[in-house]
Parts: sequence; structure tokens; C-alpha cells
Amino acid sequence: MVASPQHEFETQDLLINVGPQHPSTHGVFRMVLTIDGEVVKDVVPYIGYLHRGAEKLCETMDFRQGSGFMDRTEYLAAHNAELSYVMAVEALAGLEVPERAQWIRMILCELNRLSSHFMFLGAFGIDVGVFGTPFIYAWREREAIIDLFEEISGDRMMYAYFRPGGLAWDVPLNFKERVREVLKSTRQGIKDFDELLTQNEIFRARTEGVGTISAEDAIDWGMSGPSIRASGVPLDVRREEPYLKYADVDWDVITGENGDVFDRYYCRLLEMRESVKIIEQCLERLESGIIVPDKMPRMLRAAPGEVYIRTEAPRGEYGIYMVSKGGNRPYRLKVRSACLSNLQALRQMSVDQYVADAILVLGSIDIVLSEVDR
Amino acid sequence: MRGIAKSLMVTLSTFARKPVTRDYPNYHRELPERDRAFPLLLWDKEVDEPFCTGCHACERACPVECMTVLMKDNPNHKSTGGNSSRRKIIDKFWIDYARCMRCNVCVEVCNFDAIAMNNTWQGHELSVHDRKDLVMDLQQLLSLSHGGGIKEWVPVVGQANEQ
Ligand code: SF4
Ligand code: SF4
Repeated sequence: MVASPQHEFETQDLLINVGPQHPSTHGVFRMVLTIDGEVVKDVVPYIGYLHRGAEKLCETMDFRQGSGFMDRTEYLAAHNAELSYVMAVEALAGLEVPERAQWIRMILCELNRLSSHFMFLGAFGIDVGVFGTPFIYAWREREAIIDLFEEISGDRMMYAYFRPGGLAWDVPLNFKERVREVLKSTRQGIKDFDELLTQNEIFRARTEGVGTISAEDAIDWGMSGPSIRASGVPLDVRREEPYLKYADVDWDVITGENGDVFDRYYCRLLEMRESVKIIEQCLERLESGIIVPDKMPRMLRAAPGEVYIRTEAPRGEYGIYMVSKGGNRPYRLKVRSACLSNLQALRQMSVDQYVADAILVLGSIDIVLSEVDR
Repeated sequence: MRGIAKSLMVTLSTFARKPVTRDYPNYHRELPERDRAFPLLLWDKEVDEPFCTGCHACERACPVECMTVLMKDNPNHKSTGGNSSRRKIIDKFWIDYARCMRCNVCVEVCNFDAIAMNNTWQGHELSVHDRKDLVMDLQQLLSLSHGGGIKEWVPVVGQANEQ
């Protein structure tokens, strides 16, 4: 039947529920899409399914216990999450971290960025619709890094390795050798992904111009990390407020131009090359020495006061706001989650896109729900 | 089209690479000595009793409160004609593996080096039908060390490490 001008078909908006148990939502996240045909008209995200009250729990835990617990708030980049926490404690307790511990922390954090970005590349490949291949390739590269973490800290995901003041124990004797070995496979892995996805015409056609967000909007929404850099804002905490030894090594802040899904993907890929560069320089400069301060108190007590420490985690600015009233545990702890802020822009990025592209947009901001909900 | 051809070249080239997968249940890779599975108690072979004195330090330090410790007078103490210098010894000990978050805190606070993280495959392959079976009692916690099945690892802290 052909619609004549007199008898226009009425269209009706349809609500579809994606999640909370949906493979493409990267965890327990639910969004309700209002769609008109194939086009998304509105997105309402629902978060909180993975809320475990980590901030409140940390108030009952002393500083040694808390560092292990911070892993659980950001399981794909646990070293980075621990780093923010221990740096906040160190600032309050006035601890000086030995050189060697700082270099090792930096190497591990960058390796963790690599493993987290590999996870992104694989999962993003699935979101785009290339099932299997990139995911398994990413897993292969990530496995090498995780094996290394296991040799160092003893655990594959929940490392509990950074301690206020330094590290839990020293790295194994063949540390440098092993890191170089892993970097070799990582470099090959990055090259593989570059050829597999970046230059692939189908992949580009699918991702370019989708989910665009301008630099101004990205700033307004409080985005951070690769998601804002893709819009052309050179915001990187490692450059703005260098912590650890980032001021002493040579690396570039990667920015994109268009702020679309492709740029967010490509920024991460290029950023991985920078991470490899940073780790190589760290290995050159890592010397033997102590890993915890000589005068480490048996029971760590923080001075009264408050501190906000921010670090650049793989997904953006991961901040810890800690209030202390003295004693061996925080009075109040607040985690500034990069993913939560990035997620706010989801609606703006996915409205007027196709349904399939909304999934792509969600994948491109690389959310980790445990970090969003905490 | 060139890009797609290149992508296919990548997938093709991986055929020539060595496989990285392992046939898991049939093949167990060697675990690093630092591997942390779940905590277990160590056996003092010299005196033939556990190292643990039941001092409650680990119980108090555990962030998830999954341990229960009860101590008793050591029947094997020197004053009663035994050969042990431990006045108190562990009577009952439970660790709920289902709640333990493998954070290593209990190992660090123990003053008697009586507890260690299991670094063998037995510590990882723990599937049971009922969660209650994951509450380990003293005998279960000691059995691996008693049988000599654990290779102990002593962490290096505060010591210059030559590279
Ligand atoms: S490893 Fe941590 S959670 Fe597990 S029993 Fe020891 S202190 Fe408790
Ligand atoms: S394991 Fe160590 S800390 Fe725990 S009760 Fe026994 S002796 Fe005390």
C-alpha cells in the first residue's frame, strides 16, 4: 500500500531497553533508547547496578587495607587506581617515595594503560561488529602484560602492590629483561591493530563522523582522558600536573581533530605508542635502591587535612579526594571517576544517530562500570 | 580495498605465529613463586606443629573479616615436658575463602611467619558445589604445608636490588 498525501502514516516512538545484562554495555549498565525507526531520539542511562559503596567502605579501612580495596573500583587499571590512593595518603602523611619506587610505579602504570587499551581495542572491535578477531588478538597481547604483573605482584588483576610510601616488595631480578620482552610483543600487537582496523575501509566507514562531540561540549561535560583529547583538547594530567617522573621523560600528548568515534579509537592507539616510549625511558633510568622509605612508621598515621590527588588513568582523570582528621584511616574518601563524567556526554553524542551507532558511542568512551558505580 | 587486503594479511600472518593458547585442564603452566591464591597456614617441621600461635593479629587486620581464630595453651610446651617454645598455639582457625579478597594483608601482619599465600594450583582450582565448603578449617589450611607441597617465597623489602 502506498501512502497518499491524505493518509500519512503516523509514526510512533519506540522505547528499547539495552541492558543491564547486555554484552555491549560492558558491564551492568542500562540505557533506555527512544527510537524513531532506526534513529535514536533520546537516551536515558541508568547506573548504579554495581554500586558497592567503595568510598564508604574505605572509611572503615586503614591505609594498608584501603589500597587493596581501590583495585576493585577500577579493575582494568588497578595500578592506576592504587596510585591515586597511595599518593593521597603520602601527601597527608608526608611520606617521601624513593626514586626506585617511583620509576617502578611509572612503568607499571604505563603497562597497565597498555593492557587496558588492548582491552578497549578488543571490546571496541566487537562493538563495531568485527566479532572475534580483534578481541582474541587483544587478549593475546594483554595476556603477556598480565603474566608480567603476576610475576611481579602475584596477582593478575587485583595487584595490591602499591603501598603508602612505596611498593609492597621489590620486583624480580629479571624485571627489565621481562618488560623489554613484553614490550616487543606489545609493539607488534599495536602494529597489528593499526593494520587490522585503522586502515580498513569498512572500519573507517563505520566509525568516521559518528558520535561527534565538539571541544567546547566535551569540556562542558567534564570529560577527560582520551575521550576529550580526541576532540582536540590537549588535556592530560601527566602533562598539566606531572606526578611521579613524567616531567623527566620525553613523550607527546596525542590529540584528535573531529571528536568522533574513530578519533577516540585512534587516540588510544597512538597513546599506546607513547606509553611504550615512556616505559623504555623509565627502564633506562631505573636504578637499584630502596623501595620504601627508611623511616617507615609501623602504623601509618595521616595528619589532619584534606587533599585532592589526580592522576591520568587509561580512561581519564582518576582523582581521590581524601579528608583526614588524623588517625590511620580516612575520614572521608571520594573517588572522582573518569568514566562517570565521560558517560554524561553519552546522550549528546548518540542522539540522532542510528541504534547500532549508539552502541559504538558507548564503546568508544571505554566505560568500566565498576569505576562508574564504585 | 588496500586496507581490507592489509587486514586480511594480518589475520593470515598470525597463522604462521606460534600458538599462545594452552590446553588448560590438561596442561598447567608453571606459576610464578609470588603467585597469590588464598592464604594458608604453615607447618613448623622442626617441632612438628603449626607456626601459628593464634595471636589474632591477622584476624584484626583482615579488611573483610573472613578469619576466625581461637587459641589454646600449647600441650607441647617445654614447661609441660614438650619440645616447643610456643606457650600458646592455634586451636581452631577458619578462613572463608568465599569472602577473602586475596589482599595479602594477613601475611604482612603476622609476626610469626605462620601464614602464606598459596602459590600452587591447588589454591586456584577450588570449585565446589556449596559455598559452605569454601570455609576452610585448621586441618584443611595446614594440609598442604604439612605435606610439603608449598614452595615458600620470602618477599624482598627495603633491600637494594641489583639490576
Ligand atoms: S588475604 Fe586479605 S582478605 Fe584474605 S584472609 Fe588475608 S587479610 Fe583477609
Ligand atoms: S597466622 Fe600469624 S597473625 Fe594470624 S593468628 Fe596465627 S600467628 Fe597470629
